[in-house]
Amino acid sequence: MTYIVKPKLHHPKLPHNKLGFTHRDYEGKVSTLCAGCGHDSISAALIQACFELDLPPHRIAKLSGIGCSSKTPDYFLGQSHGFNSVHGRMPSVMTGANLANRDLIYLGVSGDGDSASIGLGQFAHCLRRGVNMVYIVENNGVYGLTKGQFSATADKGSKSKRGASNQDSPIDLVGMAFLMGASFVARSFSGDKKQLVELIKAAIAHRGAAFIDCISPCVAFNNHPGSTKSFDYVREHNEAVNSLEFMEAKQEIKADYAPGTSALVRQHDGTFLNLKKLAADYDPTDRNGALAFLQRHQAAGEIVTGLLFVEPEPEDMVARLNVTKTPLNRLGEAELCPGSAILEKINAELR
Amino acid sequence: MPARLERTNDFVVLFANVNGSGSASANRLFGRAMIRMGVPVGSRNIFPSNIQGLPTWYEVRVSEAGHLGRRGGVDLMVAMNPQTWDNDVKSIDSGGYLFYDSSKPLPPSKFRDDINVVGMPLTEICNKQYSDPRQRQLFKNIMYVGALSQLLDIEPEVIEKLIGELYQGKEKLLAPNVEAFHIGRDYARKHLNGAIGLKLRRCDRVGNKILIEGNAAAALGAVYAGATVAAWYPITPSSSMAEAFQRYCQRYRVDQDGTHRFAIIQAEDELAAIGIVIGAAWNGVRAFTATAGPGISLMQEFIGLAHFAEIPAVIFDVQRGGPSTGMPTRTQQSDILSCAYASHGDTRHVLLFPAEPGECFEFAAKAFDLADRLQTPIFVMSDLDIGMNEWLVEPLAWDDKRKYDRGKVMTFEDLEAGKDFGRYLDVDGDGIPYRTLPGTHPTKGSFFTRGTSRDRYARYSEEGPVYVDNMERLLKKFDTAKSLLPAPVRRNAREATRFGAIYYGSTTTAMDEAIGMLEVNGIHLDTLRVRAYPFVDEIIDFIRAHERIFLVEQNRDAQLKTLLLDTGRVDANKIVSVLHYDGTPVTAHFIVSGISRRMQEIMPVPLRRVAS
Ligand SMILES: Cc1ncc(C[n+]2csc(CCOP(=O)(O)OP(=O)(O)O)c2C)c(N)n1
Ligand code: SF4
Ligand SMILES: [Mg+2]
Repeated sequence: MTYIVKPKLHHPKLPHNKLGFTHRDYEGKVSTLCAGCGHDSISAALIQACFELDLPPHRIAKLSGIGCSSKTPDYFLGQSHGFNSVHGRMPSVMTGANLANRDLIYLGVSGDGDSASIGLGQFAHCLRRGVNMVYIVENNGVYGLTKGQFSATADKGSKSKRGASNQDSPIDLVGMAFLMGASFVARSFSGDKKQLVELIKAAIAHRGAAFIDCISPCVAFNNHPGSTKSFDYVREHNEAVNSLEFMEAKQEIKADYAPGTSALVRQHDGTFLNLKKLAADYDPTDRNGALAFLQRHQAAGEIVTGLLFVEPEPEDMVARLNVTKTPLNRLGEAELCPGSAILEKINAELR
Repeated sequence: MPARLERTNDFVVLFANVNGSGSASANRLFGRAMIRMGVPVGSRNIFPSNIQGLPTWYEVRVSEAGHLGRRGGVDLMVAMNPQTWDNDVKSIDSGGYLFYDSSKPLPPSKFRDDINVVGMPLTEICNKQYSDPRQRQLFKNIMYVGALSQLLDIEPEVIEKLIGELYQGKEKLLAPNVEAFHIGRDYARKHLNGAIGLKLRRCDRVGNKILIEGNAAAALGAVYAGATVAAWYPITPSSSMAEAFQRYCQRYRVDQDGTHRFAIIQAEDELAAIGIVIGAAWNGVRAFTATAGPGISLMQEFIGLAHFAEIPAVIFDVQRGGPSTGMPTRTQQSDILSCAYASHGDTRHVLLFPAEPGECFEFAAKAFDLADRLQTPIFVMSDLDIGMNEWLVEPLAWDDKRKYDRGKVMTFEDLEAGKDFGRYLDVDGDGIPYRTLPGTHPTKGSFFTRGTSRDRYARYSEEGPVYVDNMERLLKKFDTAKSLLPAPVRRNAREATRFGAIYYGSTTTAMDEAIGMLEVNGIHLDTLRVRAYPFVDEIIDFIRAHERIFLVEQNRDAQLKTLLLDTGRVDANKIVSVLHYDGTPVTAHFIVSGISRRMQEIMPVPLRRVAS
């Protein structure tokens, strides 16, 4: 079938957000991914986050590369424009889109093959340019769409479904993001919706390059014993360094936090990140300290999740380029064409 | 005594120098002075892929008649590079002149009997005059310009004025340069008087023409057309276009508060550069990249996406010698096929062929209208000869009433009014659908852009008929393009003829001169300059109306001919290729001999009779 029509059954009691939209208004087409695929849970988290943030869906642009993960933008935010580009090159398309209109919210969705294998270069460069976006890698350690080959994030020693063992060192996208200067770095797990929704909300509010590495098991090709990206393995090894509550305004901090175990980070746009510390010695505003912590714990086999780094006052690409506040795509002849009188002057200089 | 060429306002001077020796600005001064005297000059830099040390040449074509392409041959060689001496001396036309630095004696075997040798002990004079080695080198250049100005009757006031303009604000350099210039003149007056029979005579053939490089003109075209996003990766010979765009934007697109009405990204590679262009254009701005052959190769996948997803993009390909790294600082027209068919699957793209910087400006601006109107990549096929050399051309012109054609974009109001939006729906029968920009309307007009097959409403589909329907529409759109492109330029021979010639791009100037030369030899040709692909009927009709067509190109494989044959409407046997591809710009002499020789093969009978 060409197109699966989703029944528009609006239950009268469905909760509405401030814009009067229901959850449904943030959904997209029916997913064609495998039942149980981690990626669908991430789509659900994205829908939840946008709903809770009261975002007008049409002010969001969704971009992706190629892969099962990159298909998902079709399955959420049906009222938003989407762009399913080419394999590994979403970051450049995102960069261009961002230059053209600085006023939209940009959601980039990619896979580990898309971002760590074929697209590692573009991944790194869009972070170092500080493109204002949320960049999510739905990380399953394999190429789902081409049927289960190892990707560059597969751990050394991890076993494929057919029994082959990966011998190459994995690329840690979180570490890369730290080194490339991303101003918001998080890791989450598709099986932990609560954590993921809060991280997505915080990332959207962040005005800079926000990266979320989301472990997202592939039930078809990488969910077996011996895999380090299976549901069971990730649940067993998940070590959250903090628990985040995203707040649009300063609220009373809940009383059950023992003194010294929580921190309130104010983001540039006035939103607050209420962080309950789970690892006492983890400071997500200290880039070097945090990176050292991550490397230590990763070496011990832990999958560290949570808000790993945030720069409360980030600087983004269009600010660095000093681009005018009016989106470039709204400028016309009057603002852009110097006119014939100037051309005459240029001609005169060339004689 | 060798014969002496005696010519006024019509000759070729070639400077042979060492790269990085500071000769370039002195040589430019020489050419500019002639233009200031009202004599048209075409000058070309032939340079190596190197910063210092390798040979470089600067050719100055003086032509009162206005033939500013390369003629072929050398009337005066200014041989300042010992490395290339032998070949340089060999290249002088019989009766021509060799001007050289005679500080060190050379054996007679280093010269020729049939040329006139003019020696000047430049190094010796400089060493006496200056102690700093850098000064010795730099002033040597200006000194030979002084000597040549004396020998060729270039007005000294004109050069002094130019030196003044050159060192405006750097007065410390001004006086010593003028002094060196006069040392050269004085020496020539005393010791070399009348040694050269080539002369300049003030005339009035330059008018209000300007001197500009094609890359700068193309960049200006992009500024005037309202391009706001540029993404590029440095590569010769295209870099100066991106740099010129930056320069002009800095001048004309900065707001009072210092913010920019433009954004330029030096990308990490050409894949990213075209990706940025596509993302930006998808989101509603005019965007471009400038590159050369290797960049085009890297961009292939993305170009296919822009073609299939129907996203405007403007690509300036400043062609150089291929394949691979090829001859990175030499010129060719050898990316025609790789651009026309860029990317996998059944793809074809619109190409524009500017002939000189004026058309670089015009076609650049046009390309943005075409890209928006046709929602597809548009290639502007410049080359190193046009892009990196300063050409004397008509002043650039802009009509202030001109409006940008932003093509079919549905607005909030359109959607609100209930217009049916199908992203790939052919509402007007021209194959061009409507698009919407992200963020336009809260509930209407959103769609999912993809490189995969989809139906008229942009919904994913793998059904054969749906796919075919879309591919047929794309063909129709390509056909629509023909009605929007710059028309070919036809010129009829003075006498009725059964023979025609087709050419394009930077071949034009040499071709114009060659046609005149052929006419003198009794070969009359109707000509057609192709300015765009896909080909309009006029081109096909021109070929059909002639018995034989000489197709002049600057590549080995007759790439434009291949494109013509691909239309399926042209008889291959009719087309006789004349191909120049050694990396230097084609010359009128090459074209004349190429066509004459083939004409002899076709018609061994004397031509005058054949034509009548
Ligand atoms: C240039 C190119 N090479 C190869 C492919 C084939 N391909 C499609 S998806 C994919 C891997 C996707 O892996 P990942 O990004 O991890 O996404 P997943 O399916 O695992 O979510 C590959 C290799 C392609 N589409 N394009
Ligand atoms: S193959 Fe794997 S990644 Fe792709 S949809 Fe199925 S479970 Fe998800
Ligand atoms: Mg994957």
